[in-house]
Amino acid sequence: MPKTFFSEDHEYIRIDGNIGTVGISDYAQKALGDVVYVELPKVGAKVKQGEQAGVVESVKSASELYSPLSGEVVEVNAALGTDPAAVNQDPFGKGWFYKIKISNDTEIKSLKDEKSYNTYIQGL
Amino acid sequence: MNNAAQQTTPVLLKTPLWQLHKDMGGKMVGFAGYDMPVQYDGMGVLKEHLHTRAHAGLFDVSHMGQALLTAAADPAAALEKIVPGDMTGIAPWNIRYTVLLNDNGGIIDDLMVTRWDDKTLFLIVNAGCKDKDFAYIQKKIGGQVKLQPFPDRALLALQGPQAAEVMARVFPQAAAMKFMTAAKTRYEGHEIYLSRSGYTGEDGYEISVPATYAVAFAKKLLSYGEAKWIGLGARDSLRLEAGLCLYGHDLDEQTTPVEANLKWVIHKRRRAEKGFCGADKIIGQLQNGTKKFRVGIQPEGKAPLREGTELLSAEGKKIGVISSGGFGPSADAPVAMGYVDTAFSAVGTKLQVLLRGITRPCTVAALPFVQHHYKKD
Repeated sequence: MPKTFFSEDHEYIRIDGNIGTVGISDYAQKALGDVVYVELPKVGAKVKQGEQAGVVESVKSASELYSPLSGEVVEVNAALGTDPAAVNQDPFGKGWFYKIKISNDTEIKSLKDEKSYNTYIQGL
Repeated sequence: MNNAAQQTTPVLLKTPLWQLHKDMGGKMVGFAGYDMPVQYDGMGVLKEHLHTRAHAGLFDVSHMGQALLTAAADPAAALEKIVPGDMTGIAPWNIRYTVLLNDNGGIIDDLMVTRWDDKTLFLIVNAGCKDKDFAYIQKKIGGQVKLQPFPDRALLALQGPQAAEVMARVFPQAAAMKFMTAAKTRYEGHEIYLSRSGYTGEDGYEISVPATYAVAFAKKLLSYGEAKWIGLGARDSLRLEAGLCLYGHDLDEQTTPVEANLKWVIHKRRRAEKGFCGADKIIGQLQNGTKKFRVGIQPEGKAPLREGTELLSAEGKKIGVISSGGFGPSADAPVAMGYVDTAFSAVGTKLQVLLRGITRPCTVAALPFVQHHYKKD
């Protein structure tokens, strides 16, 4: 059963075995507004927890995407190149950014589960 | 994820329409010292932008500075000392776009000047500049004119192809007005200053109403259905596509109107007579050219170029910088403006940018990115 965790920077990672699917939360897509451009890491790239892995741009501004966990990128959502609005319409489904092979399970401890993330955003 | 653009300022002023924005789902942000709606729930920048180009958008621009400039004789003669335009030649109820100049010919602000009569001009200046503008006017020509700011008036803009039919329901005379003309009228007992103008590239109006009447008037315009509230986000993308300058980004006190590609604001008579702040420098630039020049920039690919991004020649030499840029919803592409060394300013010149470690091509483009739809006849 996959389980979803969140960073305080509003990225999510849905973990299924040793593969994690990364995207931005519903709260984040609402705060950003209409996404018009996404820049993704390359397949094979090594990403590190808390370090920049991509860019997500709305009409008005550009935001950095930080990887919620470390690992090697195994797949990217190329469809976002032509349909960046999927990030707004379906952030946990069609709006995913990239998948990694997780390299360090212990990093998960520093993330929030869904319940504590929801509590966290209520306080923002 | 980190969004550096979202910052809050401690004490923000409110326009007379602030509560209405909150009630109607406005997402409020600090802008030029005011708490302003950047977008509205259920719409968002993209939809608001496209709605304005297809129907009619209603903008709260009450944060901008409104003032009367009067004198025993014509205040335009005095105003001409600090702007390069033909102020004395503005016919009654006509509007001119001009720039306020410092002694070096740099732009203190860009503004609209409407002549009411032979003794009265009506000014609309940028929100973030109004205090310094009014102080500067006072300092430079205060002995010859009386400046009377109108802090108790609100300003609305109604823009888009359906603006004329909406406005005609309230003011039948609005239909016959031409672009850059104005009228004073009364409605429901209130004094209204109406103009056919705007800053989106679309046909439309700006309407100055007493602050106490602003909410009722805005609700009236919204009641017809075509017009919707549009926030600052779409206001910026609309003006960017229209190739119009945003003060503090595309214009500043270190930039002259010649450099800003606004040569047309320097009137022919004024070029011969000089007699305005920075005239020697500006006339010299008209004759000899400038080092930098404002141009449109069309990025190739989909990555928007933001303010501050450096522009490089095809050989990789730094030759300029983006002054404002983003995504153009009507252009359906990223669009930008910037300053380049004049040698690289011809439309079609191939340039490049280094963005996040990747070199990407872009081209000097003709402005505007989206054709204007002004009511010129």
